[in-house]
Parts: sequence; structure tokens; C-alpha cells
Amino acid sequence: MSNPVELKNHQREIFNFRFRLAISIGFVLLLLVILLLRFIYLQALRHDYYQTLAESNRISIVPIVPNRGLILDRNGVVLAHNYSGYTLEITPSKLKNLEATINELSALVEIAPRDRKRFKKLLAESRNFETLMIRNRLSNEEVARFAAQQYRFPGVEIKARLFRDYPYSDKTSHLIGYIGRINQTDVEQLEENELAANYRGSDYIGKTGLEQSYESELHGATGVEQVEVDSAGRAVRILSRTPPVSGNTLVLSIDAKLQEIAEQSFGNYRGALVAIDPNNGEVLAFVSKPGYDPSLFVDGIDPESWDELNNSPDHPLNNRALRGQYPSGSTIKPFMALAGLYYNIRSPGRAISDPGYFTLPGSSHQYHDWKKGGHGSVDMFKSIVISCDTYYYGLATELGIDNIFSFLSRFGFGKKTGIDLEGETSGLLPSQEWKMKRYKEKWYAGDTVSVGIGQGYNLVTPMQLAYATTTLANNGVGYKPHLVKEVRSSRNNENRLIEAKPEFDMKLDPAHLDLVKRAMAAVTQPGGTAAQASVGASYHIAGKTGTAQVVAMKPGEKYDASKISERNRDHAWFIAFAPAEQPKIALVVLAENGGHGGSTAAPIARRVMDYYLLGKVPKPLPDLPEEEVDQHD
Amino acid sequence: MTKRQLWQRFIAQLDLPLLAGIGLLMLTSLLILYSASDGNWGRVLGQSENMLVALLCMWAVANLPLHYLMRTALPVYLLGMALLVCVALFGEISHGARRWLNLGVATIQPSELMKIGVPLMMAWYFEKHEATLTLKNYFIAALLLLMPIALIARQPDLGTAILISASGFYVLFLAGLSWRVIGTLFVAALASAPVLWSMLHDYQRHRILMLFDPSQDALGKGYHTIQGMIAVGSGGIFGKGYLDGTQTHLDFLPERTTDFIFAVYSEEFGLIGNLIMLSLYFFVIARGFIITANASTYFTRLMAGSITLTFATYAFVNMGMVSGILPIVGVPLPLISYGGTSMLTLLLGFGMLMSIETHKNLVKT
Repeated sequence: MSNPVELKNHQREIFNFRFRLAISIGFVLLLLVILLLRFIYLQALRHDYYQTLAESNRISIVPIVPNRGLILDRNGVVLAHNYSGYTLEITPSKLKNLEATINELSALVEIAPRDRKRFKKLLAESRNFETLMIRNRLSNEEVARFAAQQYRFPGVEIKARLFRDYPYSDKTSHLIGYIGRINQTDVEQLEENELAANYRGSDYIGKTGLEQSYESELHGATGVEQVEVDSAGRAVRILSRTPPVSGNTLVLSIDAKLQEIAEQSFGNYRGALVAIDPNNGEVLAFVSKPGYDPSLFVDGIDPESWDELNNSPDHPLNNRALRGQYPSGSTIKPFMALAGLYYNIRSPGRAISDPGYFTLPGSSHQYHDWKKGGHGSVDMFKSIVISCDTYYYGLATELGIDNIFSFLSRFGFGKKTGIDLEGETSGLLPSQEWKMKRYKEKWYAGDTVSVGIGQGYNLVTPMQLAYATTTLANNGVGYKPHLVKEVRSSRNNENRLIEAKPEFDMKLDPAHLDLVKRAMAAVTQPGGTAAQASVGASYHIAGKTGTAQVVAMKPGEKYDASKISERNRDHAWFIAFAPAEQPKIALVVLAENGGHGGSTAAPIARRVMDYYLLGKVPKPLPDLPEEEVDQHD
Repeated sequence: MTKRQLWQRFIAQLDLPLLAGIGLLMLTSLLILYSASDGNWGRVLGQSENMLVALLCMWAVANLPLHYLMRTALPVYLLGMALLVCVALFGEISHGARRWLNLGVATIQPSELMKIGVPLMMAWYFEKHEATLTLKNYFIAALLLLMPIALIARQPDLGTAILISASGFYVLFLAGLSWRVIGTLFVAALASAPVLWSMLHDYQRHRILMLFDPSQDALGKGYHTIQGMIAVGSGGIFGKGYLDGTQTHLDFLPERTTDFIFAVYSEEFGLIGNLIMLSLYFFVIARGFIITANASTYFTRLMAGSITLTFATYAFVNMGMVSGILPIVGVPLPLISYGGTSMLTLLLGFGMLMSIETHKNLVKT
């Protein structure tokens, strides 16, 4: 240090410190004086002004909740709308004895045990000073009866409110979703996104489905009313009003009638169906069966109904189309065949001889074909038509897992499709890297063999498979699938079209595509695995059947549907597009525990295509035929 | 030992004037809370519990001899810094800010710890280099302040960052930072205001802009300012009377028990009430300054001065925010607002003040 170090003079230092302290005291005094002046300004000089604001003209700022936007199908059929009705509401913080009040109320208005339970649940979740609904959809008579007695019930009131209604109920529940009361998590989320102001006064928010993913379009802008209230807080007159702006209307690409037919075609089967227009990615039908009644959720579901839905073995709350992950089974074969052609592993004409099983070099383990004794000589075309397993065991082995992974991921396997719904799962397209990460184990040649026929590690969602089928139908040009076609603004009647633009082009060889598509068309012809699907059809259907195992079978064990309990039966797949030459619709059908794709899933697809292409409304379902012999997939 | 002797020993390390001031403010707090919560005893009892716990902690700190207090400086600071880094890396996000750290048992907000930790560390640092203070030491002390501030401002928690900056600046000021440097810093701060402005989050800018025109955002944050000013202004000279505040009881005032509790008080007790409250605060602050002036060591002088000035700043910022001269930054009214954390931090500070006062004769420089 260049400066001479000197010990400081203690006295001087104390003096310096006290000087600084005196300045600090002056600073604090200054702050106090500023506050004092401010108080004098507000409370003495401007008191009259604020007194007027607060006392004689108490201005209350009342939010006006906008009407939620409608949801329409592509033809204008209403899938979600609002209707007005009366509710009976209680503000618990204004009541002394809640239980007694509810008991007294039940003498005037019917209050079912279910209403009480729901109210209790709302009460437990509510914030301070909140008004909670005890009964909705009051009849006019009930409204009149209560109105006459209202003076006896301070803190209880009747409110006219808009309710959300879903005309198609469980048929569109997984697609439209539902709105529900705003809870603490929603509040935090809104505050985080700086949206809390626009939700003042709003009680509902989209919870699942399109109601959730398009919340920002549907909600609308909250209006403000400056209201003069008297000393008891009652509104006296409106001073100014900024009207709310209703939410935008969503026009879906879904065809409600098609959706209904698809849903009904499942009969008693659980499962999923996704139909897409391959020319633009518009989703035409989106079914997950069984559905549930979304109106149960709108005003808070009572615990009993919730348990019933949640514990049902049918899992009605599970969105199978979007979130269900299943082995793809043989539906993967057309894509595998394309991979074989793409990497030049198999030429179309090369036939293998199928003894009914496949062995890896240097191993005696037999991978069985579904048909005992095999299919004889099988080339690529035939391998798709009859769904020969042995052919694909060999093809996958020759391709190797790395090529399979890279080719199939271009079709969107193992990735979310990006459809405009939240909560999509990404399925699983296995790779060496994945297995090392997941199981800390290297990839074995045997793993590749089962991937070849869509078993083993691989998992797909119906949505994904539909996307891949659409891309195949459209010759490798992919359109991102979407449910909303158009957003109609309520503000200026402007329509925003969701544009369909190709996301990618795989640049596949037309000759390869032609072979695979022709083979798929032959699948629905006599000799193919889904022959009965096109009996009497006036157009050509290209398709592929598949079976997803629910329980793994021991080696050598024969699958016998009759011996296996219904829930453990195989899932049936069918992917298809039609007309095969110039596809207008591509779809995937999954029938859980449906057994064979050809006999259970394909007829569902046929009904949907008949309606979409020919306008043919199917007759009510006959009992589904039991599966015939020698029919796999 | 008789009961009386036991009692005397129990309160021996407490500074009674300071305790009286704190106690009066606390009683006021319970009184207002009862009104602000619409007669909710749960809130009043909850706040009493907060006070009791905080008072016990204050007692413990007041009984801590000064050299122990000094020894805690470095560990507390380092712990606080480590926790702040943890928050930045894997803190929990809530309301758009990453402030909380989930320890499994409890969720903590490390920036609260630094309200004590930063001035403690800086005072300790100056004490260590007291004999040979040069500009370099001030620079290092400023760095000790700026590191946690940067982390807290990034969370973002502007209110806390400003308050900790203030408490650190007070230490620098009392430690004798030259006027020339202070002047330069002031000019630099003014010059960098546009840069800082561009670094603020949208909602923070929004809050500052709103100060000039609260009606811009009548449903959102502007609503707070408007209703706060109406409550204070309509209180007039004598107030509307206890439990008779219309702004409060007709649900116009937001955050009545926490950040805006002063508006409740001001509406019901008027200008006279405000004068009483300012006097109470001034009494506590004045006692703090007396303790500061009598403090026996460099460390204790800096610490006591910073604690007292920071307390004054808290009170000013909250009342200024409610009465519409400062932006809404989310600072509670010290010793009055509902909430356990700020109560605890404040009383830990007062515990130190008391220890400084009652142990001053044990260490003479």
C-alpha cells in the first residue's frame, strides 16, 4: 500500500461517526415529514374528494364476465355452448350457522345429498369470502318460492348465470373436455402469466380437452362496470361501462355426425379412433371410448361420481386416443417394408421361404409366425397382405435397430404429433441409446426381431399411428394434425383460418410407395387379413390389421381367445385410408381386447368411411360376429 | 432465587424502552388485524403466535454476547449465499419468480435470511479492517453487498433487493464512505436509470408507470393503489372509527391484513391515528439511534445503525406505497402486517440491538 498506514484517531472517528449518525437521523426525519405531508394532503386537504369517493359515491368496480366462446363442428353443429339458468348461492363468511341455514333452505328448494356433498367439497377448496353454489338449474317455481322468503336468508342469493353445456356429452368428452371452477393452482398459474386481472369475476376455466388448450381464445376479455353503491353495498347506478368481449368461436374440423357414427360403431368395445383428412391434417373424428359426462365436472363433481369414474375398470377418464400407449403390432409392417426399400435391404421381388418361424444366426431360439407351418414363399407384397411375421423378423434384423429408429422417427413414431390438445404422450420408439438409459443394458439382436412386428419395446398412441398412416396415405408429405379449423373472432367477425401447410416431405420413392399402397389395398381383398372389411364397398380401401398383445404368451403356447379372460385378450388394430388411389380419409381404429384387427377393428373403420365417402348412415349395430378360424391380425 | 430475581435475570438483557415501543406497535397490529379480517379471531391468534415465537428468538439473540454475534457473520453470510445460488439453480417458481427453496421439510426464502446476513457481514468486515480502512475496503464491502443483491434481483424480487441494498448502503455510509464517492454513485445511479429500466420485468415497469396513472389498470394492480388512497383520504382527520371503515368492510381494500393493513388503520383512525403511529415508529427509531450512538465497538455501531435505518426504510416504503407515493413493491408494514417471516427477521434485528445495548460495557474499545 502506498499510503502510510496510520492508526486512526479514536476521538475523531467517534466524531465522524456521530456526524454521519446525525445525518441519518435527519434523513429519517425527512422521510417521516414526507409521509406526514402526504397524509395531510390526502386526509385534510383532499379529504372531501376521497370522502365523496368513499362515502356518498362509493364506486365499486365490478368485473363483467364475458360469454365463453362456442365450439362448433365443421358444419356448424354446436358441440359446446352456454345457456342461462338460476343458481342458489351461499356466502359462508356471512352466515353464522351454515348447517342450519342449509337445512332451512332445503324446505324451500330441493337440496339433494349429492348437492350437499358437492357444496362441502367446494367449501373446503374455497377462498375466504367466496360465494359458493349449493344448487344449480333451479326451476322457475323454486326461484319464486325462495324470492318470497329471501329476507330470512342474509348471505344466500339467487344468481342468473350462464352454464356450459355439451350436447354430445360423452361422445365428445375426450375431444372437447370441460370447464371447471378455478382452483388455487389455476389462480397461481393465472397470476404467473399476468392474466389474473382478466379473470376477475370469472369462476370457470378450461380444464381438459379443447376447452383447456384454447382457453385464451374461448375466455374473452372481461369488461368493467363502475357502479355506484349505497352504504350497504347495493348497486344504485352504473357510472361507466366497458363491455366485455365474448370469447372467440372455435370451428372444428371434426364432423359431429361422423364422430357420432364412429363412437357408436364401437358397440361395447373400449378403444379409440382417429380419422384425419390426409390432404390437410384436419382431424375428422376423434374418439376415445368410453367417454364420460363432462357436465358432471363443470360445477365440481361430487365425490361419489368421481370415485365411480376413477375406479371404473373401463377407465373412462383416460383419453386413449391421445394418451393410450400400446404396442403397434403388425400395423407397423407397411412402414417397415418402406424402410426395407428405402435402405435397399429388400427388393420387392425377393421372396423368402417361411417355415413358420425365424431363428437368429447362431441361435436356436425360434420366433414364431402367427401361422403354424408358415406361409411358404413370401415376397414383400404378400408379406403385407397376409401379415407374415417371419418376413419382418428377418427384415428388421437386416435393417438393424439404428436404421429402424431413424426411419420410423421420421414418420413421427416416438414423438408427440403436436395436435392442439394438451397432455399428449409420446409413445416409445426404442433405440440403443434409450435402452442403455432406461435399463442400463445393451441392445440385443433379439430385441430388434420383435420390434420388426411391432412387439417388444415399441409403443404407439392411436394419435401417432393415425398421423403416420395419414403421412403414408399422402405419399410421405406430413401435415400437422389439428382439431380447430377456424377461430371466429367475436370482436370484428374476422375469421382466422388455421392454415394447413405441409410440415415435412420425406421424399419417398414413388415406386416404393406404390408397392406398399397396392399391398395395403390387397389386404382388404379376398385373401387379405381384412377381406370382409370391403365386401360390397364401391371404393377401394387400403389397410393393415394389427394385434397388440396384452399378456405375453409362453413360448409354444397357442393363443386361444376363448381361454383367456376378456380383459387379457389382444387389442385389435386397423389402420386404413380410402379411396386407396386418392385418399380422402385416413384413420386408425383400436378396439381394446377386440382380438383380431380384421374382424373387430376393420368393420368399425368401414362404417366410418362409408359415411364419410358415401354419406351412408349405418344401420344399428348387429351383434358382432365371433371371430372365425385361421384369421390372425 | 426468588421469583423476582428470576424475572430480573430473565429481562436483564432486554432494552425496556425499545421493548415498550415494539410492544405498543404489536398491540396496535392485533387491534387492526381484528378489524381488517372482519373479526376473524383466527388471524389475530395466528399473528399472536408469530409474535410470541419472534419475541422468544429476540430474547435469545439479546442474550447472545457480542463476540458470538460477530462470529455468526461469516457463516450466516456464506450459508445465505449458498442458498441463494441453490435457489437460482433449482428453486421453485411461483408467481413468476424463483424465490423459494424446497428443503423437503419446509420451503424457505433465503433472501429473508440475507436481510440480516448482508449488513452483519459488512459490519464484521469493516470491524476486521477498522485500523487500516482504504477505498479498497469499501469496494470489497460493496461487492459483498452486490453479489446477493444481483441474485435476489434476478429471482426477481425487486422489493427485497431494494431493501437489502438500502441496509448495505447504510453500513457503507456509517462506515465513513467518502462524500465524493457517494456523490459519484448518485450521479451514476441517475445515469444508469434508463438501463435499469430496460432490465426490469414488464410487471415491474407496469407498477411504476401505474403510479402516475393508476386508472390505467383499474382491475389489476392500479386497483390496489386507487383503493388504498381512497381509504387513507376518506379517513380524514379523526377517522371513521374502529370497525367502521367502509373501504375495509365493504371489501374494497385488497390485501387488507398484509401489505395494505396501513390503509385499514388510516381509514379508521384518520390523521390523528397516523400521527400516533408515526410517533410510535419514531420512538422505536429514536431508541435505535440512541443505542447506535452509545454502541461500544465499530461493528456494533455499524450494525445498530443499519438495523435502525432499515427499519425506518421499511415503514416508509410501506406507508408510501399505500398512500400512493411509491410503487407497489410488496413490502409489509414492519411489526404490523400479518405474517411470520418478516416478524421474525425484524425481531432478530431488534434482539441484536438489545444485545448491543446491554452488552456494551463488557467490551470497551
